[in-house]
Amino acid sequence: MSLAAPALRDPAWLPRLFWLSAGLVVLWPLLVLTEFRPAVLWAPENREPTLNFLAAFVPPAHGSEFLWLVARETWRTVAIATAGIALALLIAIPAALVTTRMLSISALAGRMAALPFVVRQLLRWLLIVLRSVPELIWALVFVRVVGLGATAGVLAIALTYGGMLGKVYGEILESGEGQVTVALLRNGAGRLQAFFYGLLPQNAAELTSYTVYRWECAIRSSVVLGFVGAGGLGQLMDGSMKMFAGGEVATMLLVFIALVALADRVSAWLRLQLG
Amino acid sequence: MRLELAGIEARHPAARTGLPPALKKLDLKLAAGEQVAVIGPSGAGKTTLLQVAAASLPPAAGALRIDGDDPWALSGRARQRLRGRLFLAPQTPPLPPRQRVVTAVLAGRLPAIGFWESLRSLFYPSDIAGAHAALTHFDLADKLFERVDRLSGGERQRVGLARTLLSPASLWLIDEPLSALDPTRARQAISALLLAAEERRATVLATLHQVDTALEMFPRIVGLRQGRVVFDLARGEVGQRHLADLYAQHEDELGGPAPAADGEADGPRPVAMHCR
Repeated sequence: MSLAAPALRDPAWLPRLFWLSAGLVVLWPLLVLTEFRPAVLWAPENREPTLNFLAAFVPPAHGSEFLWLVARETWRTVAIATAGIALALLIAIPAALVTTRMLSISALAGRMAALPFVVRQLLRWLLIVLRSVPELIWALVFVRVVGLGATAGVLAIALTYGGMLGKVYGEILESGEGQVTVALLRNGAGRLQAFFYGLLPQNAAELTSYTVYRWECAIRSSVVLGFVGAGGLGQLMDGSMKMFAGGEVATMLLVFIALVALADRVSAWLRLQLG
Repeated sequence: MRLELAGIEARHPAARTGLPPALKKLDLKLAAGEQVAVIGPSGAGKTTLLQVAAASLPPAAGALRIDGDDPWALSGRARQRLRGRLFLAPQTPPLPPRQRVVTAVLAGRLPAIGFWESLRSLFYPSDIAGAHAALTHFDLADKLFERVDRLSGGERQRVGLARTLLSPASLWLIDEPLSALDPTRARQAISALLLAAEERRATVLATLHQVDTALEMFPRIVGLRQGRVVFDLARGEVGQRHLADLYAQHEDELGGPAPAADGEADGPRPVAMHCR
């Protein structure tokens, strides 16, 4: 072998090969553990019911009485999502304002003082608790408390999303350049003044687009909540699913797609206005 | 406002431990209404000096007195009130890119007005005339309702200076106010600033890279090098020998162009979206 030969070989090849095979070795037991067998989908005894159900999707149900029902439940779903997000904001905005390090006056001079630090940590933990309980569980709890219907869905979304929005708002506020806000605080402005004159104008577009995106998530999740009796399109869909009424399911899925597309457009428009 | 620094030692909070402090046993006294320029090569500790004087960076040793009070002996609330009576203008003007100039300038007044008043001012600017007058001093009156990200770097720097005029402060600590300005604009801006300070009887402590401008405009010059005061003289007493000593091994900065401020605003950042 000539001396030049090793220099022409990619020195990263062997490690790459090693990590690739190591990845496969780790992944294989996971696939076994999760019973990942895609062939089952195509087994003859499963294929026929699947295809039958899918075939029932065409044409989507379009009787005027059913469409009227869908329209009413759609409106209820939107209302659940919107009311849930509005209540979530009541939790998220104060929490984000308190937890964000950027608005700490004591942190201006190096380390944050002990008391504000503890308060921030406690609020962070509260947000973790709120969002670590899935909205489905909250909904099951509230269905017991307030009974079947939209109220349970609204409360479930409010609690989980309050936790999520509070965390992410805080992170968005901390991710940007701190210089503007710090300069205001250094010159004697109050915390909230610094927020409205420094932090908010800097991050308004990001905050808005995240909120609208969350609203979109809330619409999706209010559908899931409907399955446990929290009202809206989900409850209707639950019924149709149980009756194997593919056409009705197809109509409602089309409505979802339209709602998500709408949220996407609204977000883009708002970003354009604020950006 | 009187400012008194005695035996101040300070290091930047982000500095690695073991490095020598940015300010070493620094003594400086400013009487009320005085106008002082601090000159010196890069890394002399000019910015740290302003931060210490602004009660923003606690000194590691020594005593700071602002109008006779030690800000670090005050309660947090009283210190924040005291900060409202001084104004620290950083080198890069702290302006949110999407804010309008009128709002950015009026933000200088925040310490003087209450929270509700400042919120109301976001709906309808509370003192358009005042903002207009301040901007006129810096030849920016036509930019009143413009958005900050439509301005050039030099215009932003002058907006930052206009904010100073609206602040209720009587001690102005101004870091490199001219770094993004051409010589003519720089002279105009600094003389507008000093004139306004004189009207308001405000004390001015400014760091400057332009030695000739400092010598022309400021009655008192402090030379800072490696965290120490090298000279502290009236304008007429500063000779070539002083300057040569001050800028030894940094001759390129003496009379050379000032380093440009990185005033470019960055656009909106992508935000991580998490959803299950």
